[in-house]
Amino acid sequence: MFPELNNLMNVSPEKPEQGTFTLLCDAKTDGSFLVHHFLSFYLKANCKVCFVALLQSFSHYNIVGQKLGVNLITARDRGQLVFLEGLKSTVEVLFGSEEQPDTLKFIRESGSDLKSLYELVQKALTPSGDGDAASWKFPVLLVDDLSVLLSVGVQAVAILDFIQSCRVTVCCQLKGNVVALVHDSDKTEDEENVVLMKALGHQSSLILRAEGLVTGFCKDVHGQLKILWRGLQWPKVEQTRSLLYQYKIQDKSVTFFAKGLSPAVL
Amino acid sequence: MLQLLGSRGDLVLLRDSVEWEGRSLLKALIREVALKGEQVQVLGCEVSEEAFREGLDSDTNRRLVYHDVFRDPQGWAGNGGPLGALRACLKGADPGQCTLAVDSLSWLLLHVPCSALCQALRALGRGSAHPGQVRVLGLLHEDIHGPGPLGALGSLAQLQVTVGGALGCTTARVIHPKPRHRPIEQTHWFSILPNLSLQFHREPPLEAQLQRRPPSPTMDAMADLTFNVHLSKKEREARDTLALPFHFSSEKQQSLLHPALASSTSQIFYEPDADDYLDQEDPDNDLDI
Repeated sequence: MFPELNNLMNVSPEKPEQGTFTLLCDAKTDGSFLVHHFLSFYLKANCKVCFVALLQSFSHYNIVGQKLGVNLITARDRGQLVFLEGLKSTVEVLFGSEEQPDTLKFIRESGSDLKSLYELVQKALTPSGDGDAASWKFPVLLVDDLSVLLSVGVQAVAILDFIQSCRVTVCCQLKGNVVALVHDSDKTEDEENVVLMKALGHQSSLILRAEGLVTGFCKDVHGQLKILWRGLQWPKVEQTRSLLYQYKIQDKSVTFFAKGLSPAVL
Repeated sequence: MLQLLGSRGDLVLLRDSVEWEGRSLLKALIREVALKGEQVQVLGCEVSEEAFREGLDSDTNRRLVYHDVFRDPQGWAGNGGPLGALRACLKGADPGQCTLAVDSLSWLLLHVPCSALCQALRALGRGSAHPGQVRVLGLLHEDIHGPGPLGALGSLAQLQVTVGGALGCTTARVIHPKPRHRPIEQTHWFSILPNLSLQFHREPPLEAQLQRRPPSPTMDAMADLTFNVHLSKKEREARDTLALPFHFSSEKQQSLLHPALASSTSQIFYEPDADDYLDQEDPDNDLDI
């Protein structure tokens, strides 16, 4: 996790917020550093994490996680992390035998919903009653990323229903958090993506949007991050509604600075 | 306030966006209706009952009947779908005038065709589902839908309230279409207090926005610089005692008035060369020596 980002959002692993849905977006840049941040943040906060990873392999997240101070293999072995490796499961769905578990069967069938994926999340995060519920703080669902589901042919409404069902179970019943990443394509013809992103924005209490600079690529400033708090959270009415910072991604951390005040240009 | 609520039998559209959410305005209007002693039916599709009731006082919560579609959206599949849920809201309602709040119309639009929703809303207004007139307050996320559904719902509505913001304040742009006349448009500046009551303001002047904005937490720009921007104590004292070159101080005035006193001023010694031609004459006759 990046301590500077924690300071900006005013949270810490010792006292994380519960019952929230956080939306991560990226436009004209790669926002996956936010996914790595939240993965390591919730693992360090001693939460039970169900990670639906559709974009990269397990070893990729593990290598980045080790730079941020978490070991995904250890977390998986002791039951803290439930990892759905989308890339591997897709191969099994398309080329495997019929007896394989069909969590991702919606890839084969057009017009199907994400009920099987929801059931996996529900099974992973609902306490099984054998004593492991007491050891973790609260459950967290992390999805990287939802735009992949659109690309394989799932309807935007089906994805919205899936996220709503996850919110009911994870946020309302289990008092946990849901974090999901959506890409914002700059092609305005992709109406489904716009509907998905805006509708998820309305459901979220916190939106983190990473954007590339309008002026193009820069070696010292990789992009800007907009943080938007939504909804009136009683009694924190005095909280600033939105913040804008620029950032630079380094090997093991991300530095944030006010707009135009990068150390390289001062 | 009355203008925002509309009258009996009206469909009031509350249009909001991701930047400016309208649910708190919806809750504030529900509170106003409940304070008059009326029961309010709420069709909740997007937030849990607990989250919706949060912030409302106990009187309002007592008069609020929450029909929870959020928890089990598929549960209505056998009972006419989401529109069946909408019609069912009025079944158990008190006879007489009734207010129905829909949170949100966008959720219904994503799950049922626009034409079916428009027909259902029109039927509600005509009183076929409920004896007596029904006032409908519908929350609509205008940035999700295209111009078609927005226009269709807009033409059904008697009042449209668009939540936005400018100069650091929240605004409600109210459009009241009149048949055969130009629609009346008004902008109200308001804020919602912690107890969900509405407070209206006059339009804030531009300067107020500059003062109102709290200092945003910025990074320390002075950290990690490669050059020194600070002064030491000695340097600060030397800078304070320095006289500015073009500042007409009293010392300078004295030196100009009494040049003889300035004995330390430099003098010029001129020794003419052999080749110098010193003309004692005065051809122009203008030297007054």
